[in-house]
Amino acid sequence: MTPHGNPEFPASTADSGSRSIDKAEDQSADRTNAAAAAEIRPTGVTGNVWPIWEVFVRSSRGLSHVHAGSLHAPDAAMALRNARDLYTRRNEGVSIWVVPAEAIASSDPDSKGSFFESPQGKDYRHATYYTKSEGVKHL
Amino acid sequence: MASQTLQSVPAEPSPVRHEPSPEDAARRDAEGQAYFDKVMAEDSRIEPRDWMPPAYRKTLLRQISQHAHSEIIGMQPEANWISRAPSLKRKAILMAKVQDEAGHGLYLYSAAETLGQPRDQMMQDLMDGKAKYSSIFNYPARTWADMGAIGWMVDGAAIANQVPLCRASFGPYGRAMVRVCKEESFHQRQGFEILLELSHGTPEQKQMAQDAVNRWYAPALMMFGPPDDDSPNSKQSMAWNIKRFSNDELRNRFVGMMMEQVKVLGLTLPDKDIRFNEETKKWEHGPLDWAEFHEVLAGRGPCNAQRLERRREAHQNGAWVREAAAAYAEKQAKKQAEKEFAA
Ligand SMILES: [Fe+2]
Ligand SMILES: [Fe+2]
Ligand SMILES: [Fe+2]
Repeated sequence: MTPHGNPEFPASTADSGSRSIDKAEDQSADRTNAAAAAEIRPTGVTGNVWPIWEVFVRSSRGLSHVHAGSLHAPDAAMALRNARDLYTRRNEGVSIWVVPAEAIASSDPDSKGSFFESPQGKDYRHATYYTKSEGVKHL
Repeated sequence: MASQTLQSVPAEPSPVRHEPSPEDAARRDAEGQAYFDKVMAEDSRIEPRDWMPPAYRKTLLRQISQHAHSEIIGMQPEANWISRAPSLKRKAILMAKVQDEAGHGLYLYSAAETLGQPRDQMMQDLMDGKAKYSSIFNYPARTWADMGAIGWMVDGAAIANQVPLCRASFGPYGRAMVRVCKEESFHQRQGFEILLELSHGTPEQKQMAQDAVNRWYAPALMMFGPPDDDSPNSKQSMAWNIKRFSNDELRNRFVGMMMEQVKVLGLTLPDKDIRFNEETKKWEHGPLDWAEFHEVLAGRGPCNAQRLERRREAHQNGAWVREAAAAYAEKQAKKQAEKEFAA
């Protein structure tokens, strides 16, 4: 049950060898038993793994789209529908973008320093660099 | 400068990257570790493409995927009651809650995928019985009152566990948790309301509510994991800023909250030993049956087999939908390509 977040906490696994299913819980127990008896096996990884789409949601008019998360879908139309159901169940958005994850180019995390260091030593790009005008109104 | 040089198109493909030499790899690891340590010291965040210690990646992958599986399996005890909800309003609420749990599972699979594990593999591991999930979902939901007790106590314990995880050092996990936590409070409140309504109903209804609370109390407390002295990995998880409070700390805090709230319900908690320790300023509770906990974890709980069978069956039943969607996408792509070719 780590589920809710306890790494060390071992979680449960399936019982391969079995204890009888508690039928008290629900009427579907019989059905699931029947299914098990019929040897329903998961088909498993089917081979047609859908691509990952990154989802961006505009929360209200006038704001930018912001990254919300990702999902898998076979095409853009399905990705949009899935994104609506997954990321906007409570009016969180008025517009959604979906972008194939592989189409996104990103800066190299290993070059943190060199890629971003150019603004360093360029304080004069900020208004706070200019102090002589302090006290002058509307400036 | 000649105009043709404005756009820098390399005349030749960029040189093939050579396998890093052992020295290069060692240097990169040392730099990565130093950066990672700095991020930990500053209580900042690690993002998927950052260097991270293999054990950190593994711990997170295990924790996040188990969390995802728990949300997915966790739909079952409540989904079983959708068709028997006592009113249309309760039915709509329960469907919304179960749908949220599916969403939580998907947010978490997304976060886990950023660590390099394909989603299909995680789902397959769950169906094959190789992956683990919260033992709480291996208990049966016997009556409608269980919908109340699950929402109030199980989602309540989940919230207590998950709120600190919003600050987990791994960015995608923390962000998924923020989204999850926003949705969880509705889950807990609707459960509380179900119990409140029952406890103000007929004596039989009140008894049904009390029975459900009695049955879910101990399993809910065990959701926080084994006692601190039997929780060997906690220390490392806390050092990595994944876990912020110990199992017992969270559990004790939770007991205090339940103690107050159960009074409003007009019910009681099945634990005579709950007390506020004036010296430690902490809530204390009676002994829990950790032998049972370990049995359920080992797969010998009341519903383990049933839960996995249901998961496999649902996956199997959805096969035609996945195939149809893939076939449609392929057909559309082909049509589009033909159109472009004709143009
Ligand atoms: Fe959830
Ligand atoms: Fe949860
Ligand atoms: Fe929930």
